[in-house]
Amino acid sequence: MTTQADAEVLSVRRDGAYYHLSFAAPGIADGYRPGHFVAIAVDEAHILRRAFSIRSASTKAGGALQIIVYPKGPGTRWLVARRPGDVINVIAPLGRPFRLPTEPVPCVLVGGGYGVAPLFELATQLRARGCTVEIVVGAGDAERLYGVVEARRVSDAVHVTTDDGSAGERGRATDPLRRILAAGGHAAVYACGPMPMLQAVSQVSAEHGAVAQCAVEESMACGVGVCMTCVLPVVGDDGVTRMVRSCTDGPVFFGDRVRWAEVGTVPPDTLGAPEPRDG
Amino acid sequence: MADPRITLAGVEFAGPAFTASGCAAAGRELSAFFDLTEIGGVVTKSIMLRARSGRPTPRMVETPSGMLNSIGLQGPGIEKFLADDLPWLAQRNVAAVVSIAGETVEEYAQLARILRSEPAVRAIEVNISCPNVESRGQVFACDVMSASSVIHQVRRNTNSSVPIFAKLSPDVTSIAEIALACRNAGADGLSVINTTLGMAIDTDTLRPVLGGVTGGLSGPAIRPMAVRCVWQVHQVLPDVPILGMGGIATGADALQFIAAGASAVSVGTMTFHDPAAPLRVQRELLDLLDAYGFATVADAVGIAHRGGVS
Repeated sequence: MTTQADAEVLSVRRDGAYYHLSFAAPGIADGYRPGHFVAIAVDEAHILRRAFSIRSASTKAGGALQIIVYPKGPGTRWLVARRPGDVINVIAPLGRPFRLPTEPVPCVLVGGGYGVAPLFELATQLRARGCTVEIVVGAGDAERLYGVVEARRVSDAVHVTTDDGSAGERGRATDPLRRILAAGGHAAVYACGPMPMLQAVSQVSAEHGAVAQCAVEESMACGVGVCMTCVLPVVGDDGVTRMVRSCTDGPVFFGDRVRWAEVGTVPPDTLGAPEPRDG
Repeated sequence: MADPRITLAGVEFAGPAFTASGCAAAGRELSAFFDLTEIGGVVTKSIMLRARSGRPTPRMVETPSGMLNSIGLQGPGIEKFLADDLPWLAQRNVAAVVSIAGETVEEYAQLARILRSEPAVRAIEVNISCPNVESRGQVFACDVMSASSVIHQVRRNTNSSVPIFAKLSPDVTSIAEIALACRNAGADGLSVINTTLGMAIDTDTLRPVLGGVTGGLSGPAIRPMAVRCVWQVHQVLPDVPILGMGGIATGADALQFIAAGASAVSVGTMTFHDPAAPLRVQRELLDLLDAYGFATVADAVGIAHRGGVS
């Protein structure tokens, strides 16, 4: 159940370009599933919560959650400046998590940048069900690559790509994905990362008869479903496109349902789209 | 303890704090965070006749002590609202203040006629001031004649036992003049204020940040403007109930609005920061009223116009 709580910061540790933040979350950590996210209030001057996918949950301090923070703005910089013992207000677990297959099928997990964060625990749970797991870890360059060592620990094989070739294979995360899927037999694809990567992963998966589950990164104001800012065009079971909230209807969507090319627009056939105007 | 109950235009509510339209959807999502029956009620996101997709993203940008939004009245339309949302509130005894918005005067009238057969509607807030419409010419609250026509039509199509509140825009030369016009057209109360129109430019791309180009500014950044508007409206209409709003984050903020002339308050943008804010603000406000020795909220309404407390 979703809970709002004042949480004690347990540790803030720098990890390359990113920070690993752990906070006590009694009663919250139990309900965590991979794909869930947490919305955190930052300093007084910035009134909107920041959303982070949950990297892991532990039993430390009666229950703790871990997230990965990339300090790119004032809110995230404030957050990584916290020290153990400081208190932050958190709301978690939020959103719809990844669905796990009922059969022990081979799975491919694709993470872009710190989008890898929710995939470690996902990999662990998939392997516990007898699934084999390959992870593709991609980033723009070596500095923004995250979690390669951890990925090796929780999977059967890891493929690393960078756009500039500064680490692993030069190219996109979809390059190894395409090879893995072409070899056949992979039914389930999971992805988290920037929108263009999710679009490409969905497309490559579809070309090989697989459906990707994608955790999207849309900017949110509230994280709990009331502000209507984090919407994207998604096709429903009835074939109708709606602007749906990535916080409550997502953040995990089936890749073949999201109209990726039209994210940031309202497609004309969306339910309730403005009538075309004459002149 | 000060009595939390208040009466607005003859209708009793459990407390002086409400959600604000557009900041609480239709209430359901916030019920995970506090008991909705403890506050005055839920002011729903503005409902239109038909489903509406809203504007493209980005729809939001954080600003100093506030935010800009350009949602564009996304919603399911009145039919689905009556099938799904209003019954949910009614079954839980949550006081529903239904906000309505239209593109034409006739659409407002039609919405009022449809709501006429809904006993769960405790009050109607008439949103004549949403800045996120295709044409700024449709902001009825910026023009005396347009505002009067809408309010007149909604009033004559609504049960006399259901009060209607006109939601005013601060983006006018004289808010008192619009308030008087709405009152003369039959408004039982006034909601003061909606967001004020703003804009932000992305300094990387040198283009507007918002998909809708302009958006409504809200949050603590606009609080002084809102308090001023409540003050001015109460000055000309001291007997008309005002639902005051604009960046209320604490009970002390709410008390400013009450002292300036509001009979109750709505907590909007701060709900994004703290989903339990409406109830927290109400409790803090009641504690403050108690500390000043006010037995009821009504005793403090407009007290700043009468010399305050010494």
